[in-house]
Amino acid sequence: MVTAIEVSNISKQFVLRHTRSLKEAVVWLAKGRKGDLSEKFHALKNVSVEVQAGETVALLGLNGSGKSTLLKHISGVMLPDTGTVKTRGRVAGLIEVGAGFHPDLSGRDNVYLNGAILGMTEQQVNDRFDEIVEFSEIGQFIDTEVKFYSSGMYLRLAFSVAVHTDPEVFLIDEILAVGDEPFQRKCIDKIQELARDGKTLVVVSHDLDLVSRICERGILLEHGNVKFDGSIHDAVAILRS
Amino acid sequence: MSVISTDELTTPGLGGGLRDIKQSSFLLKLLVRKELKVRYRGSVLGLLWSYVKPGVQFIVFYVALGIFLGLERSPKNPDGLANYAVYLFSGIVLINFFSEALGNAARSIVMNGNLIKKIYLPRELFPVASVWVSAVHFFPQLVVLVVGCVFAGWHPNVIQLLAAVAGFIIVALLATGLGLLFGSANVYFRDSENLVDMLLMIATWASPVMYAWSMVEQKLGSTVFAIYQANPITIGVELFHYAFWYPTTDGAAAMPPNLFGLWLPVGLVVAVVIVVLGQYTFRRLEGRFAQEL
Repeated sequence: MVTAIEVSNISKQFVLRHTRSLKEAVVWLAKGRKGDLSEKFHALKNVSVEVQAGETVALLGLNGSGKSTLLKHISGVMLPDTGTVKTRGRVAGLIEVGAGFHPDLSGRDNVYLNGAILGMTEQQVNDRFDEIVEFSEIGQFIDTEVKFYSSGMYLRLAFSVAVHTDPEVFLIDEILAVGDEPFQRKCIDKIQELARDGKTLVVVSHDLDLVSRICERGILLEHGNVKFDGSIHDAVAILRS
Repeated sequence: MSVISTDELTTPGLGGGLRDIKQSSFLLKLLVRKELKVRYRGSVLGLLWSYVKPGVQFIVFYVALGIFLGLERSPKNPDGLANYAVYLFSGIVLINFFSEALGNAARSIVMNGNLIKKIYLPRELFPVASVWVSAVHFFPQLVVLVVGCVFAGWHPNVIQLLAAVAGFIIVALLATGLGLLFGSANVYFRDSENLVDMLLMIATWASPVMYAWSMVEQKLGSTVFAIYQANPITIGVELFHYAFWYPTTDGAAAMPPNLFGLWLPVGLVVAVVIVVLGQYTFRRLEGRFAQEL
């Protein structure tokens, strides 16, 4: 087995800054530095996770348990305070679909822009363009500005671009609630197909039934600690209890 | 994003700085194209605004400074600058390019915060794209300038044309460097963009755009003038004067001494140092962009 993601002992602390204004800082100094200007919050505490290539992993936990933060560390958006994160191959995140979409550009322009943002080359976008449009079921609206799209169309196109980027490691954050029932099924089929092709998947979702269908392994986070790491069914059972 | 070899474990989120831009040239191209498309969306004049705004600005300055304050040479005012209109406009186009580039670059990281928070990509792309977009907007103004110069009897030689290229490069580098610096600082302190607005106001007057360089030397002496001269924007503007204005005059006007021997290299070196400094600051700060935005 080859390691796809290796997270060792990472910790992340956020500073919840109340203010940055000069006035507050002066008042704080004048009062003899009583209290703390900033409040700290541990999002992740000494988390270690190793994911093998081809594994399908769900990150579970309640709101604020650090799931999304961990995902952002794997994608490289955030850097840990201590510890190291290493990944093998290209990592692409479906972290909030449509983050790179611009409402005033046409669907076509957005496919190119978003494809490039997710790391595709010009050649790759050209080659897969028809496939992306077909999968999204946008059809003739591809040259319409996306601000005129319904939210379902918007998400379908964004999801379609993302699944066609073809990375080795896929990070998926709470986006499986895409579009209507048939399209959702199509997305899940596509994700399962990726898993069968040996792609590594890391999914964050609150839809426990759905993740139990897609993933084999579940990692349960609680207040920034790994509480459980094992089969998805056990993880779901612990979370539900 | 760079293509990573599949054989090795690599640490995500550590980019190669400005070097990554080359690998992401496709994305850079799309970002620039997006900005150009989006800029004048929903406006009737569209890209014409890129001509109208500097045109009006030019007329205002020309009337106020050239005519009222007597900077233009005329039979009644023989000490003024010959072809003041060309003198003024050649400086204005360059300073406009700088203002737009730096102003947008300083805001680019915060403006694209939504993206930076969610997807990793070389973040230097955003300030660099801002400078590119400004360069595209600079082009029509340059065309207007050249047309004006031709009417004023422009006959440049190769060195003068190269001087314009050098002036542009110096100013573009400076805008990139300062854009990286203020753009990354802006994530932590939104004061940064206001500071930039103030600096841009100063920059317009701290280089010989409206007046002649010789006035600075006369009033303030040679020491202050040397400091004044070391400003890369001043050097850029003077190189533009040398390229566009000087060949339309009878050649009697004096150019700043040592413009090529000393100041051009100084301008380049200062601009490159600012780029290195901007890049260094940017890399120190970018690790925490995602959580601060």
